[in-house]
Amino acid sequence: MADSITAEPGPADVDTRPTGEPLLVLDHVDKHFGALHVLKDVNLTVHRGEVVVVIGPSGSGKSTLCRTINRLETIDSGTITIDGRPLPAEGRELARLRADVGMVFQSFNLFAHKTVLENVTLGQVKAKGVKPATAKATAMELLERVGVANQAQKRPAQLSGGQQQRVAIARALAMKPKAMLFDEPTSALDPEMINEVLDVMVSLARDGMTMVVVTHEMGFARRAAHRVVFMDAGQIVEEAEPETFFTAPRSDRAKDFLSKILTH
Amino acid sequence: MDEGYLDQFVSLFDQYDVLGAFWVNIQLTAYAAVLALVIGTVLAVMRISPVPSLRWAGTTYVTLLRNTPLTIIIVFCVLGLWGQLGITLSSDFQTNFFRLAVLGLAVYHAAFVCEALRSGVNTVPVGQAEAARAIGLGFWPAARLVILPQAFRGAVAPLGNVLIALIKNSTVAAAGSVAETSGLMKTMIEFRPDVILAVFLTFAIGYVIIVVPVGLATTSLSRRLAVAR
Ligand SMILES: Nc1ncnc2c1ncn2[C@@H]1O[C@H](COP(=O)(O)OP(=O)(O)OP(=O)(O)O)[C@@H](O)[C@H]1O
Ligand SMILES: [Mg+2]
Repeated sequence: MADSITAEPGPADVDTRPTGEPLLVLDHVDKHFGALHVLKDVNLTVHRGEVVVVIGPSGSGKSTLCRTINRLETIDSGTITIDGRPLPAEGRELARLRADVGMVFQSFNLFAHKTVLENVTLGQVKAKGVKPATAKATAMELLERVGVANQAQKRPAQLSGGQQQRVAIARALAMKPKAMLFDEPTSALDPEMINEVLDVMVSLARDGMTMVVVTHEMGFARRAAHRVVFMDAGQIVEEAEPETFFTAPRSDRAKDFLSKILTH
Repeated sequence: MDEGYLDQFVSLFDQYDVLGAFWVNIQLTAYAAVLALVIGTVLAVMRISPVPSLRWAGTTYVTLLRNTPLTIIIVFCVLGLWGQLGITLSSDFQTNFFRLAVLGLAVYHAAFVCEALRSGVNTVPVGQAEAARAIGLGFWPAARLVILPQAFRGAVAPLGNVLIALIKNSTVAAAGSVAETSGLMKTMIEFRPDVILAVFLTFAIGYVIIVVPVGLATTSLSRRLAVAR
């Protein structure tokens, strides 16, 4: 069964072990796009401090899975619980819960008309009511942490892709989220910029952030993930520790998929 | 009497308050533009909102107003609102007509402002709205802080076109008994048919002088404000 979490998390590289307490729980989640069944009875529990890498062929529903977790997509049936609270359908409560889950997009999606600094302060001030001065201090701290503090006054378009993505991570962290979702955060980047983003993500993982990361970067999975979840055709087919998954996949679909991405 | 061309213009400007008439059109335009921008923005937000009844109301408004001749709207404001329903916007007779005309111009052009803004909204990638929602902003804050500011920048050129149309359409206020350029022109043609060419040129050049800078300004503004992506 996909929902019985058997993999014992904890690769050698990550110091903070998950506490085992469930933070994100997807229970029998189903979703259609018209006639297309994109998520088929998905069950997934992510524990506090755990880093889960989601991997799978194009169109298997990885993005949709991520997007349902902070309800950028609605679900047809099942439940999604964040830190014990079911995700509400609409309104203020939903907006608040959304801020609990940070999201990093493949295409960065920084607010194009705002400076880097404003990108990181906006949500704090307008969604959480943090004082502007405090928000600015937090923002500068985070920009420092992701290594783009010296770009604070620039517009997103003036930054490289790698810098933009690090700002996007800072923007999400500024909301002090309980968990972070990453949907292929490095696939839009030039190769030389991938590592600067992955390094930030690895350091986040080491600090104990709960993360769900859709990525094909096996290096990242090996360095930082506790668990790899393999999806195919809207289903979670297999879950395992990264090393186990990459060296000894159980299902034929995973074997097939890995053989394809490994030959490249 | 054989006046020189220049003398013809001078005599026209001496006899009639041409500048005053243009000033009325500029004022009509200015007030109507501000009001149309406000109403148009509200309509645009309604049309992109997640509430179906608001979307429907916005769409209906735009369809109705955009397809009604402006003259009819102005005449309705004066004869309908004031004449029939007794709605006055000022105790002063002239001011009342002026304000009713502003109202008519504004409600009509608001439909076009709405459509210009919607074309601006279409220049904003969906990801901007998703990022706004993802950091916990609701629909209204996301619209106000993220979508509309970018939509306005993307809509400067079409909004400029609406403004130019509004400047020229302000002459329709004559239908609402507002003393402005087109009314004055009629009077001048009636009483000074001897210098009819000068009369036409006066108003044509007057509008060119007003409209051309607006076009140039909005073009350069739209370039300067364009959101770099
Ligand atoms: N808004 C939408 N409307 C209709 N179909 C959609 C929509 N979004 C995604 N789909 C379809 O749902 C399926 C799953 O899409 P999803 O983006 O979740 O896949 P993915 O695993 O993230 O793929 P990729 O690796 O290409 O990003 C695909 O077949 C896709 O075409
Ligand atoms: Mg995807």
